[in-house]
Order: sequence, then C-alpha cells, then structure tokens
Amino acid sequence: MSSAAAKKTRPKYLSLTALLFEIRLPLPGWVSILHRASGALLFLAGVWVLFILDRSLASQDGFELAKHYLKLPLVKLSLLVLVWAYCHHFCAGIRYLFLDLDKGVDLKTARLTGGVVIAAGLALTAYFGAMLW
Amino acid sequence: MSRVVVGAHYGLRDWLAQRITAAIMAVYSVIVAVVLLFGQPISYPVWRDLFAQGWMRVATLLFAASLAWHAWVGVRDILMDYVKHDGLRLASQVVVLLVIAGYVGWTIEILWR
Repeated sequence: MSSAAAKKTRPKYLSLTALLFEIRLPLPGWVSILHRASGALLFLAGVWVLFILDRSLASQDGFELAKHYLKLPLVKLSLLVLVWAYCHHFCAGIRYLFLDLDKGVDLKTARLTGGVVIAAGLALTAYFGAMLW
Repeated sequence: MSRVVVGAHYGLRDWLAQRITAAIMAVYSVIVAVVLLFGQPISYPVWRDLFAQGWMRVATLLFAASLAWHAWVGVRDILMDYVKHDGLRLASQVVVLLVIAGYVGWTIEILWR
C-alpha cells in the first residue's frame, strides 16, 4: 500500500454545505445507507420489541396493557418507524441477495431496483400502518 | 496481484451466514405477516394459542437464532467501519455480543415460560 498513488495528496471537498447541498448520493447509495441505518435501529429496538412481546404473552392483563400502550400516539409513531425499518431492510436485503448472484448489477437496473426498493419499503409501511390502525 | 490470506476465513463464513439467516428470517416474516393479516383478529386467546403451538415456538426460536447471527455480523461491520480505536471497538463488540445473548435468552424465556 506504500505506492506513490496511495500517498498522492488529493483535494478534499467536504464542507458542510457541500455535504448537504452539492454532493448527491445516488439512489442505490440511499438504499445502502438506509439499509445500514435501519439494521442498526432494529438491533437497538430489540429490547423494546421483546418487552412488548413479553407483556402481551404473559397474561390477559398484560395483553390489554400492551394494546393500550401501543395506542399512545408517540408509541404508534415509533412503531411505524420500526415497521418502516423492517420493511426497508427486508426489501433492500432481497435486492442485495440478487446483486450477490450478479443479477441487476448494471447501472440502469441497479438504479431502477434501488428506486423500487425505497418505494416498496414505504408502500409496505403504509399498508401495515393502515392494517394496524 | 498476489494477496496474503490471513485469519481463519471467518469473513466468508459470516458473509454466507448473514445471507442464509436473512433467507430464513424472510420466510418467517412472510408467514407471520400472512397469519397476522389473514388469520383471526388478534385477541389474547388467539395470540397466546398462536405462540403455544410447537411449530410457532420452533420457528420463532429459529428466527431468533438467525437474527442473533445476522445482527452480530451487521453490527460488527458497523463498528469496524466507524470505531477506529481498538480498545473501544473491542469493548463495543463485547457489549453487542452480551446484548444479543440477552435477546436470545429472553426470547427463549418468553416462548417457554
């Protein structure tokens, strides 16, 4: 790694305004970073999901309590975010499985499926959200 | 270009494991979604009986085990990317492993209480 190419100083172009307004992440890049963010969120939310599952299965009272708890606006909103995280992670993951098999790796298809994944994640979230409430 | 192969090849094993566990969890997710959406409306007896069935307990345990391995590979990748300090990264990884072990233990407790 000590080649001349690796040591060549390159201009940096990473001001905050550049990051926010000038450097555009391509669609498959959004799928990727959202896949990572949703995965991290799902890992962290595990304790919350297990807590609700635990209470809801413990007894009739626990079930009613969990049901009541899940109706609180802030809880509903959090759950919806979590549902989105799951749906996006699911759809993006399936896309990656196909990419691993060398399917859809050309730029045009990758951009198309990237858009499809983001849209499908949001559509599934809306569907489950509507079914749940 | 010659490459030096190092380590115990855990990279390939975990890469593959992450994909196989993903497939297992995808199947479970679809089954549960179908049960929730097209089964009986969820009341406590329906909910309790669903998780009292042997296949559901085993499937959920398989899901939890898959999730544990899958999440470990994923979170470890994130930590390797962003936490540059060796000691801090190692400590974070130990915490993550403990949390995952806790999740699995709690899941077993919920399923077979």
